[in-house]
Amino acid sequence: MSILGIIRIALKSLMRNKTRTFLTMLGIIIGVAAVITMLAIGQGAKKIVEEQVNSMGTNVIVVSVNFSQSGSNVRQAAGSGNLLEVEDVDAIRDQIDGVLYASPVYTTFGQLKYEGNNWRTGVMGVDADYFYIRDMKTSSGELFHASDVENGAKVCLIGKTVADNLFGDVDPVDKIIRIRNIPFTVKGVLAAKGQNVMGNDQDDTVIAPYTTTYARLLGHRWRNMMVLVSAESKDAIQLVQQDILDLLQSRHRGTTSEEFAVRTQTDLADTANSVSNTLTILLASIAGISLLVGGIGIMNIMLVSVTERIKEIGIRMAVGAGKRDVLLQFIIEAVAISILGGILGILLGFGAAKIVGDIMKWSIAVTPWSVILSVGFSMAIGIFFGWYPASKAANLNLIDALRYE
Amino acid sequence: MPNKRRLKICRQDRVWDVDSDMPELDKNRLLYTEHLTKTYTMGDIQVHALRGVDVTINTGEFIAIMGASGSGKTTFMNLLGCLDKPSSGAYFLDEIAVHGMSDAELTVIRNQKIGYVFQSFYLLPRTTALENVELPLLYCKKCSLHERHEKAMHALGTVGIAERAKHFPNQLSGGQQQRVAIARAIVNDPVFILADEPTGNLDTRTSIEVMAVFQALHKQGKTIVLVTHENDIAQYADRLISFRDGRIISDKANPAPRSATEDLKLLPKLDEED
Ligand SMILES: Nc1ncnc2c1ncn2[C@@H]1O[C@H](COP(=O)(O)OP(=O)(O)OP(=O)(O)O)[C@@H](O)[C@H]1O
Ligand SMILES: [Mg+2]
Repeated sequence: MSILGIIRIALKSLMRNKTRTFLTMLGIIIGVAAVITMLAIGQGAKKIVEEQVNSMGTNVIVVSVNFSQSGSNVRQAAGSGNLLEVEDVDAIRDQIDGVLYASPVYTTFGQLKYEGNNWRTGVMGVDADYFYIRDMKTSSGELFHASDVENGAKVCLIGKTVADNLFGDVDPVDKIIRIRNIPFTVKGVLAAKGQNVMGNDQDDTVIAPYTTTYARLLGHRWRNMMVLVSAESKDAIQLVQQDILDLLQSRHRGTTSEEFAVRTQTDLADTANSVSNTLTILLASIAGISLLVGGIGIMNIMLVSVTERIKEIGIRMAVGAGKRDVLLQFIIEAVAISILGGILGILLGFGAAKIVGDIMKWSIAVTPWSVILSVGFSMAIGIFFGWYPASKAANLNLIDALRYE
Repeated sequence: MPNKRRLKICRQDRVWDVDSDMPELDKNRLLYTEHLTKTYTMGDIQVHALRGVDVTINTGEFIAIMGASGSGKTTFMNLLGCLDKPSSGAYFLDEIAVHGMSDAELTVIRNQKIGYVFQSFYLLPRTTALENVELPLLYCKKCSLHERHEKAMHALGTVGIAERAKHFPNQLSGGQQQRVAIARAIVNDPVFILADEPTGNLDTRTSIEVMAVFQALHKQGKTIVLVTHENDIAQYADRLISFRDGRIISDKANPAPRSATEDLKLLPKLDEED
């Protein structure tokens, strides 16, 4: 008998048991939908991480102290420890070829006050070059200038979240807020950036000149500092990275290269990617397990169905169905369930991915290979889990099958 | 393919037999068995269901097989119908040695040459009468959808139940179901029809109706072998074979077979009959 004919028989007998067929299919539908959605979420996370790494600026290098490797608590004096200082920033900018901009970054926390409103958030002290490195813009007002940094002017820029919480509907530009009770003039509001991958609000920030931050907020005391560097071109990044490391080592006697972390945007992207890859694999394997459970469900139902239809099998054999015909009929039934379930699962997965994307405001990406993967997988599951029940059916003894009650 | 080869070998085997022993019989000989036995083994116990059956059946015969319960009738029918294999002995159908065939070859024989009617109909549930009749055609090669439909409708017409083609078995009476089963048995135009107690589950009137169908088929030239417990039913056949303890104890012609259509006319008419 032709394969086409057997397919028709298989589909007919599935149609005769619509509810059971659907329930069996449900396992596969959910499994495939889960795989598609999880892979889409993983891919979406990856995309967002990439976007954010790119939004850091162009050709950015981050220099910081690697505390896990340092003996900094013993070597506190300037010049001998591994804490970065403003002179290091100047040296990086002036002595290393290929460096476009360099800016120190101090970070601290502070209570903000405007009239009756309070808000607590992080404050960054940076040079005016910082805005070039990170490609920052204001949505109202203007950025502060190099002269403000030189003069230690008590000016600041605030993020949108800070503006909303302190000012509400009032225009913050040129208003005076108090940071730890020290008055700062708001020069502008930064263009909104939204949340980052970790769910942190990037607009909940205050940026002030590093000189002011150092003198007023940090009280001239030594604090950990980060340096943000921008290289001239992508090609220059590697050389600049090495040069910075060498320079810092020569400036801070007795330190090893491990004590400074000089990371490029690519390094950060790689780390982020490996994190999101791990996440994707984890999510996909959980989803894969549910697909496997769906497959076992198919086998279970097929076994029941074979037992239930022993007489039918006997009748078919009596009128001329061969072993092969019976085997194929049951395998095709299993495969049809799994493929149809797979297709419905993909549609459901697309829907779920879209909903998740809308809720989390991610650009969720369903990749073609995740579709191919799950369809192929569900088909393989159909054949794999359909085989045993089908061969049980095909190897029934005709007379016994006919006599079965 | 293997059938053809076997066929040749068997024909050569039989040449001597044919020429010397029974040349006039061979012309329309459909099948014959030689010391056919069947032994079922259940644990330590051996059940000798058939203890050596020799029989020849010719094309166009209508045979009724009788015998007490457990005498081996069904076992014999299953062997003739290629549903089961003999423990020993020979079975030649159309001069082809069937006793040594593989399962796959028997499947083809069942599909192409044999129509089997069972006591409890054995129709597929939730499947229309038409689809049930089409079933044997599904498993034979090269039979277009249209052809299948045509043949199945014709078979249903032959047993007089074409108007119920779209009905499911549970919407049909026992007699109607058995007619559908007979239609399924004849749809592939088999060389003979086997029926194991086809009237066993039916009342007298319906039984005679079903026998009328068999007699009509017989008139068209079909060979029919039928098992029955009832002497009345056996009287519609033209040859009577009796079994006891797995052996044939009598095999004689029925000098005056009754006519089922005539008998039906004698029965009182039923109002609900359509
Ligand atoms: N599958 C089997 N396994 C074991 N023994 C069997 C099997 N089938 C039949 N037998 C035995 O073989 C013998 C003949 O059985 P068979 O069914 O051929 O009798 P029968 O003449 O058809 O009887 P009935 O008129 O009741 O249908 C019986 O003793 C029965 O118990
Ligand atoms: Mg019997």
